[in-house]
Amino acid sequence: MLSFVVRRLAVAIPTLLILVVLSFILMYAAPGGPFNSERPLPPEVLANIEAKYGLDQPFWKQIINYVVSVVTQFDFGPSFQYKDRSVNDVIAQGFPVTLTYGFWSFVVAVTVGMSLGIAAAIKQNSWLDYLAVGVSIGAQVLPNFVMAPILLLVFTLWLGWLPGGGWNGGQWQFLIMPVIALSTSYMASIARITRSSMLEVLNTNFIRTARAKGLPMRRVIWRHAMKPTILPVLSYLGPAFVGMITGSVIIDVFFSTGGIGQFFVNSAFNRDYSVIMGITILVGTLTILFNLLVDILYAWIDPKIRY
Amino acid sequence: MLPNRAAVEGVAAQMQLAEVKGRSLWADARSRFFRNKAAVVSLVLLGLVAAFALFGGLFAQYENDFVDFSLIGSNAYLGVPSIETGHYFGTDSNGRDLFARTVQGTGISLMVGIVGALVAVIVGTLYGATAGYYGGRLDGLMMRIVDVLMSIPFMFVLILMLVIFGRSIFMLFLGIGLISWLDMARIARGQTLTIKNKEFVEVAVATGVHPLKIILRHIVPNLLGIVIVYATLLVPNMIIFESFISFLGLGVQEPATSLGALINEGSRTMQFGYYWQIAFPLFFFVVTIFAFFFVGDGLRDALDPKDR
Repeated sequence: MLSFVVRRLAVAIPTLLILVVLSFILMYAAPGGPFNSERPLPPEVLANIEAKYGLDQPFWKQIINYVVSVVTQFDFGPSFQYKDRSVNDVIAQGFPVTLTYGFWSFVVAVTVGMSLGIAAAIKQNSWLDYLAVGVSIGAQVLPNFVMAPILLLVFTLWLGWLPGGGWNGGQWQFLIMPVIALSTSYMASIARITRSSMLEVLNTNFIRTARAKGLPMRRVIWRHAMKPTILPVLSYLGPAFVGMITGSVIIDVFFSTGGIGQFFVNSAFNRDYSVIMGITILVGTLTILFNLLVDILYAWIDPKIRY
Repeated sequence: MLPNRAAVEGVAAQMQLAEVKGRSLWADARSRFFRNKAAVVSLVLLGLVAAFALFGGLFAQYENDFVDFSLIGSNAYLGVPSIETGHYFGTDSNGRDLFARTVQGTGISLMVGIVGALVAVIVGTLYGATAGYYGGRLDGLMMRIVDVLMSIPFMFVLILMLVIFGRSIFMLFLGIGLISWLDMARIARGQTLTIKNKEFVEVAVATGVHPLKIILRHIVPNLLGIVIVYATLLVPNMIIFESFISFLGLGVQEPATSLGALINEGSRTMQFGYYWQIAFPLFFFVVTIFAFFFVGDGLRDALDPKDR
């Protein structure tokens, strides 16, 4: 187990480095520096500013500096557009927000999705099954950027139950719509995967044996069918995590929640390279760590998996 | 109860007929596909959407970038959808004809989806088939590259690219092309591993056919079924992907538009009661995505050898 984790880490770390280097090269290749504005600065001033940000050094020195400061100090450098704050400030401000509704969306997607899928599989061809299948097919065409306007239309404009945006320290009224909008399509996918996985497991020999021994259905499902059912769901969690963290950009922009997505899009319009890079690397790191976690969980649940 | 003699003979005659005719794999798949009602209906719907995107422009009364200044600010009563004014879908908040814009947006969204799927089919299939056929260290290296690329949240990298190299349709296609082939490569590799041990490949190797030719002539045609299925399922994902970026305003740029950009515009004005501005793009988006998913499912049931 330990050697598996170590070997998995040995793949994760180069992946991270590639991401950092790749985004740095992309930024370096950008036409025009970050301080080229409509009113050109005097060359001496420009040289001074570039020296301050270390942009006058040769390419290899810049990239080493950047990688070293990111890796050793988690320092993404100063923002190129806002002189009074660094990329770390931006992340510190936005990340807790993203983390809060992201966490709840994930919890909702996994718990509701799995319960729906399991219930549908146990009561196959009942009204519950049809409901679950119908919901999961319908939600396939409702990605977050479609869900968000629909929710806003129904709950804010027509019913007037929920505030149309903002964060307000994460009060529950402000949390509901972002969480629903973000989790719906993943909930549907998880429900579909769980249902088909559970149906497959329920038709296997060892389940038949368990039933034949006279075990109650409840026990068969929890003790015997659960583990193999979870495996396909587990391998979907990685892509779902990427999808949700990407979707948070839409949520932040649409509901003005103030998470990192909002900073990301603003920086994208302002050409604030260092912020974009910082957020990209942060998100990439999270994704890689999450995938690592899923892989370890997978190996722990399924002893057949050994790399 | 004895079965009706005539019916038995009829069945027997039919069986004979079927035997005489013989059915190819593709004819078999076609008949299975056409028995799936949801898939057939979706195929018809897709045809209608495509016709709308291709020929809808002929019926539009206005150019898609024509701004009717007299309508700005009076959208609520002058810009509503109506046959008389020629704005079948109403106008957007800038006084442009929404019918013409929806036609253009649908066209661009479909194009993005199809280009993405094409790249996936060509690059992904060849990459996966090569990795699977050669195997060993090359396979390990090529698949590790795919693993690394897959674990990067690409939307962020793509937005970074769009910011740095400018926002254009070309960059969008490039970005979509960069990621769309990853899944396909994995699927093609897995299939190739089973195909490469078949006798006909052995014969080809024994007769000294060049490996590249074996891949192109013997492996790839046998991958076709599964590749078509996944390409069809990839199209809606690519459309969602593009709409996502356009929804943020980072994708297709004005005056061109896509369904995602139109949904975004509509969602900004629906609070004033201009529901048609979101309803029409949303309708076409949902119908297109739905139809592609159902056709893809139908094709999978018809072509995927696993479920037989």
